Order: sequence, then C-alpha cells, then structure tokens
Amino acid sequence: MKQIAFLIICAIGVLLLVAAGDFPDWGDPHSPASVYLSPHFIEKTMEETSVPNMVTAVLADYRGYDTMFETIVIFCAGITVLTVLRRTHRKKEKIARPRPSRKDADIILQAASRILVPVMQIFALYVVAHGHHSPGGGFQGGVILGASFILMAISYDLKMVLKRLKEKTVLRLSGIGVLIYVGIGAVCLLLGGNFLAYASWSTLLGITELEAHSHGMLGVEVGVAITVMAIMFSLYVDLASGGDLDEGL
Amino acid sequence: MQDLLHDVVAKYNYWAALILLLIGLYGMIAKNNLLKKVIGMSIFQSAIILFYVSIGHKKGASIPILIHGHGDVAHQAIDPTLYANPLPHVLMLTAIVVGVSTLGVALAVLQKIYRVHGTIEEDELLETIEK
Repeated sequence: MKQIAFLIICAIGVLLLVAAGDFPDWGDPHSPASVYLSPHFIEKTMEETSVPNMVTAVLADYRGYDTMFETIVIFCAGITVLTVLRRTHRKKEKIARPRPSRKDADIILQAASRILVPVMQIFALYVVAHGHHSPGGGFQGGVILGASFILMAISYDLKMVLKRLKEKTVLRLSGIGVLIYVGIGAVCLLLGGNFLAYASWSTLLGITELEAHSHGMLGVEVGVAITVMAIMFSLYVDLASGGDLDEGL
Repeated sequence: MQDLLHDVVAKYNYWAALILLLIGLYGMIAKNNLLKKVIGMSIFQSAIILFYVSIGHKKGASIPILIHGHGDVAHQAIDPTLYANPLPHVLMLTAIVVGVSTLGVALAVLQKIYRVHGTIEEDELLETIEK
C-alpha cells in the first residue's frame, strides 16, 4: 500500500513540477494574477470606500457575500462539533482521559496568563476596530479574543472559564455575530439599496456615502469577530473535554 | 542545466509549496491512523495557502495598505506595482479560519469514532465494523 502511494505521489509530483515551470517568476509584478483585477482594487479602493487597507475593503465590501457565507460556515462548524461531541447526561462507561491533578497547578503559568489575558483582549479589540487602517480585521481579532479565553482555560481550569463565559452565552454570541452581519446587509435592503451595499446607510446615519462604506465594514467586522471568537472557544472547550465540559487538558 | 537552475532559483516558492502539498497528500493516502490523515490534510491546506500568498507577492512591493491613507490623498495617482496583490490575501484570510473550523469538525468526528469503536486505526476499524 505504501509503495503504491509513494508511486502515485511521485507521478503527481513530476507532473506538478513540470507544470510549475510554466508559472511566472516569483515576485514578477506583471504576472497574470497581478494585472487583471487587482490594479483596480489597489487604485480605486480609497476612492470608492475610503478605506486604506485594501484587504479589509475587498473582504468586507467588494466580496461581502463571500465573507458572510464564510462566517456562516464557521457557525455551522461550531454547531456540528457541538452536536457530534456534546454529552449532557453522564454515562457510566466513560473513556479514561489523562486528568492532571489541579493541586499542583503551575503558579508561574497562572501569574503570567493573568497579566497576558487583559493585554490580549485589548489588543484584539484594537485589531478589530482598527482593521481599516492597519493590518487586522474581524477574523484576526476574533481569533485573538478566542485565544485569550483558551489561554485562561489552559492555565487555570475549564470550569473557572465556563463560570465566567457560560456555554449558552457562547452559543448566543456566535448566533448574534452572524445576525449582525446579515442584519447590516438587510437594513441596506430596507433603505432601498442592494443587499450589503453599505452606501444606503448614509441617509440613516447622516454621513456621506464614502463614510457609510467605512462604517458598514466596521459593523460587519464586529459581527465576524464575535462569531469567530465564540466558535473558536466552543471548539476548544468541546474538543478538550470530549464533550463533557467537566475538565479540559 | 542552466534552464533548470534558473527555474529553481526563480520559482522556488512553487517548489516549496509543491513539496509540502505532496507530503500532505502522501500522509492522507498512506497513513493508517485517521489522526495522521487529518494532519496530512492540514499540511495539504497549508501548502495551498502558501502557494496563494506567494502568488500575491511583487518584488519590492509593500503590504496592501495605502501609505498616508488617512488624509486627503484620495485622488492622487497610485502605482499598483508598489503594493502587493490584495486578492490572494483576502482569499487565504478566510481559508485559514475555515480550515481551522474543518479541522475542528474532523477532530470531533475522530473523538466520536474513538468513543464508539475504541480505535482510530483504519484496518482495526474495518474489522470491528465487519463483525
């Protein structure tokens, strides 16, 4: 079996290597990927959306539909993990997992994470809110925010974190994030524009259409961040405790 | 020989992504343990992400964020060769997060399989299912 697999891999490898010879050189500014659509985004983003970070602008404005459904994919993944793993009533035949005793919890780890967690959360909020002007955005900020809760769960105890951030709250947050995204798009419809065309918000907020693009993106990014944060934490909690939510790694 | 050397030097980003991709594919085909297959899938995904991000690079270009983008400079001429291609970054940004979610689902299914069958080795699983 392994020999056959190796032969298949070699055959595919040779084919792909031959094909790689036809690709443009690395870093060629005139490669086909860089001359067709991307110059429009680079030149017109500031004019059309007043957002200097082109990645955020393309992500949340030009390709808003795509990002909306990516968020829904993440939401569905979280729900799937929950339905596959979660056990509410304990059964007698539990699978033995290595359980570290909490008596000799590491004091250095706990003290360090006590300092780190607030800094991480503030930084995550900065990454979300400043995603238009510097590297950042909803996905990145949401992951950092989720990581801060996971760090608490690792260094202290799963129960201690779940007391502060209940499972129900996490699930509600993940739904609320998706609703914020879809809601911002739906309000555009009600105001007479197209779905996710943020320019329609300008009449409601009393700002110019350019500013409406920028603010609409911010709202959408906040929704993405909330969903990503909740689902990342929910994934960790369910996977680490095998669905029992009693004790993690 | 000279051509081959030029190809290796000028296109080594594709070669690196290809080698990673083949390692991941081999892991998915040849390994018997389902967890190792999932790790192979993850390596495969990383290779694709690396490939896309390397496409977006331009020699001497900056990150795709406009310099002095805060003030009243919206109508000045912008040279596209000075900024990296933003499209691959956008595509991979979402792909990374979706990749993490699919990895989570895969691990959850593995845990469930282990809970029901007591093993995640492929041949042992086939035996227990046939019984």
